[in-house]
Amino acid sequence: MKARVYVTLKNGVLDPQGRAIHHALEGLGFSGVEDVRAGKLIELSLADGTSDADIEAMCRKLLANTVIENFRIERIAA
Amino acid sequence: MKSAVIVFPGSNCDRDLAVAIRDVTGEAPAMVWHRETELPEGVGLIGVPGGFSYGDYLRAGAMAARSPVMRAVADAAARGVAVLGVCNGFQVLTEAGLLPGALMRNAGLNFVCRDVTLTVGTSQSAFTSRYEVGEEIRIPVAHHDGNYTADAETLDRLEGEGRVAFRYGEQVNGSARDIAGILNDAGNVLGMMPHPERMMEPAHGRTDGRRLFEGLVAAIA
Repeated sequence: MKARVYVTLKNGVLDPQGRAIHHALEGLGFSGVEDVRAGKLIELSLADGTSDADIEAMCRKLLANTVIENFRIERIAA
Repeated sequence: MKSAVIVFPGSNCDRDLAVAIRDVTGEAPAMVWHRETELPEGVGLIGVPGGFSYGDYLRAGAMAARSPVMRAVADAAARGVAVLGVCNGFQVLTEAGLLPGALMRNAGLNFVCRDVTLTVGTSQSAFTSRYEVGEEIRIPVAHHDGNYTADAETLDRLEGEGRVAFRYGEQVNGSARDIAGILNDAGNVLGMMPHPERMMEPAHGRTDGRRLFEGLVAAIA
């Protein structure tokens, strides 16, 4: 069983890396990009029976810093 | 005075911090590896040094904050032992929940490495008792993730309770309200991005960091 954890900066938290990527895309001639936000994808391989609550605890304790980041958990069927 | 400096894989200012503490206290600190679960008996000051613990994996300070020794540091802090986190040490203390807020990538995305002007925000702590409120001092910074961030309520509380120990006197990294260093609510934990241990002797150019350690010794010993 696998789960993907998406970690993203909260709305309103300035994302200097996203802004730099945005500028670089514009520099390459891609117009029409209105905003870029950079985040992380963490893929977990889990023992069967790992509960949603367990994964959420992992996110709160380590994978995301909830002062500045949100997380979203996506389970993937094997 | 007995003291300890925590050493993580990737710490690189542990020796500088130990030398500064030794010079002022007259006693070399115990160097405590991150896997230890206990600190030496009777320690009055714990230094959490600068560097790139665990290669800044996941987030700066994130892995170090969950290492075994940090449980002992948190217990000691709760008992009132003084804890000084410098640079990566400040990041570790926020990740460990010993200080509020978080340190994000510098607003300009550059690694900033130079002497900067700081303004002292309070003299009402063991760390800052030898400085005057509003005094300007020069201390070096060397960091990529020093952009202090917290919600407005937390920032208001830090300011209202006199817990902003140092502010930048110039544009450095985009920190909220120019915050360079903060205290916990009990005043015995200080985290700061600038490196006072690098401004100790005339050979360093200035000695502005020395009074931080002298104030600590006077308060603790």
